Amino acid sequence: MIAIFRLIVAFFASIGRLLIGALQGVGRVAVFGGTTVSRAMRPPYYPGRVLEQLMQIGWYSLPVVGMTAIFSGAALAQQTFTAGSRFNATSTVPAIVVLAIVRELGPVLVGLMVAGRVSSAMAAEIGTMRVTEQLDALTTLRTDPYRYLIAPRLIAALIAVPVLVLIANAIGIFGGYFVSVYKLDFNAVGYLQTSRQYLTGTDLQMALAKSAFFGFFIALMGCYHGFRAQGGAAGVGRATTDAVVSAFILILLSNMLITLMAFG
Amino acid sequence: MAEDYKIVLRDVAKAFGQNRVLDGVNLEIERGESMAIIGQSGSGKSVTLKMILGLIRPDRGHILVDGEDVVGLGARALGRVRAKFGMLFQGSALFDSLPIWRNVTFALTEGRMVHSARMRRIAAENLERVGLGSEVLDLKPSELSGGMQKRVALARAIAPRPEIIFFDEPTTGLDPIRADVINDLIVELVEDLGVTALTITHDMASARKIAHRVAMLYQGKIVWRGPRDRLYDSGNPYVDQFVQGRAEGPIR
Repeated sequence: MIAIFRLIVAFFASIGRLLIGALQGVGRVAVFGGTTVSRAMRPPYYPGRVLEQLMQIGWYSLPVVGMTAIFSGAALAQQTFTAGSRFNATSTVPAIVVLAIVRELGPVLVGLMVAGRVSSAMAAEIGTMRVTEQLDALTTLRTDPYRYLIAPRLIAALIAVPVLVLIANAIGIFGGYFVSVYKLDFNAVGYLQTSRQYLTGTDLQMALAKSAFFGFFIALMGCYHGFRAQGGAAGVGRATTDAVVSAFILILLSNMLITLMAFG
Repeated sequence: MAEDYKIVLRDVAKAFGQNRVLDGVNLEIERGESMAIIGQSGSGKSVTLKMILGLIRPDRGHILVDGEDVVGLGARALGRVRAKFGMLFQGSALFDSLPIWRNVTFALTEGRMVHSARMRRIAAENLERVGLGSEVLDLKPSELSGGMQKRVALARAIAPRPEIIFFDEPTTGLDPIRADVINDLIVELVEDLGVTALTITHDMASARKIAHRVAMLYQGKIVWRGPRDRLYDSGNPYVDQFVQGRAEGPIR
């Protein structure tokens, strides 16, 4: 009887531990983000570092983002056509392609690709700086790591990811157009007109709003996990994995919440 | 009086979880003095340095720098106090993405990109003090040997002319000859620049050469302190065992 009672208590205790651990994690991330934002308000500012990060996050992500967009747009057009042909609804291809890409696929796929590229790189770089004491060295050299390392990455990601999403949307729509016109025999002018007709300014605004959130999470997770890395090479490896996984989850979760609120 | 000392630690304690690293450390360092703290690996020497720098907050006690308690200071006040310090890190901790000259002048520009002839000249002057020529200015840290990286790190620490310099295991990872070169450099710099120096080390030859006074940290407390000449006849069983490197004795 007592043994069973103990087992039940242990079960609830383990649930409690998990929950407390999760809440502590959320709290630490919030403190980290809040510290960065408040420090970034006051000088010294590092515009050179922001430009450097814009190149890293934006420019060097273009090839992978472009490929992701064109492949996904093309596949989406084919799938929509195949499914639509069962109900004589193949004319919906341009509308579905444009809305699916701008509202969902563009932001989410770009977010995930950039998270894979950038969150990992940030966590590895900052984590290595942590375990080799370069972060402490910054502090003893009169330089605030939040202003020098973290804030430029957050600012650059907030700017770069929305721009990448706009570009990816255009390329993705083109991928769908390409397959529709050259493989599925759609009329080129008609396809573009229908696409244009269904796309609204609100859709674009939503895409930009989403991608700003994603950019923030990508940089925040990369920096946070790198900053907390400890225990040498293995610790940096763990930080990198944690950064990518947590960025993925935050992107998918916030995407769902925003979509449910905006279109619900 | 506390005002006569550059740095004073009063009853400083710190635990990480169950592990009590420091348990009531008391230590005074005079102005212009070179002090060494010796002790085993993991005895809390690095933690002591990081607490004085405000990188780690002690659980209890006071740390006075020029008579001002740095425990619990806000970010801005802490930044002002930190400007008095320079530090040589154990692994040099050079910024590997930046060329040598920007590493050396990093504190002077607070990390900003300043491509001036003046900054390069300052870098060259400080590198000369540690025996490096201007040919290394545009190299990256990874292109230098460990001993040369240590020198660059030393130049970087002295470039802003701090009042206090910390040396964290300055000779670790160097061969005995290069280690002695670094020891000589440290002695010379401390004298020339008139700084207060605090070294943590488990290299006895280094401690004897660099420091005026030596303190030994064991189980979270200072168990002995005295002039460097007394290091080998301290009469203290802990110090005796440590300086002679015996496995048997009061230290387990």
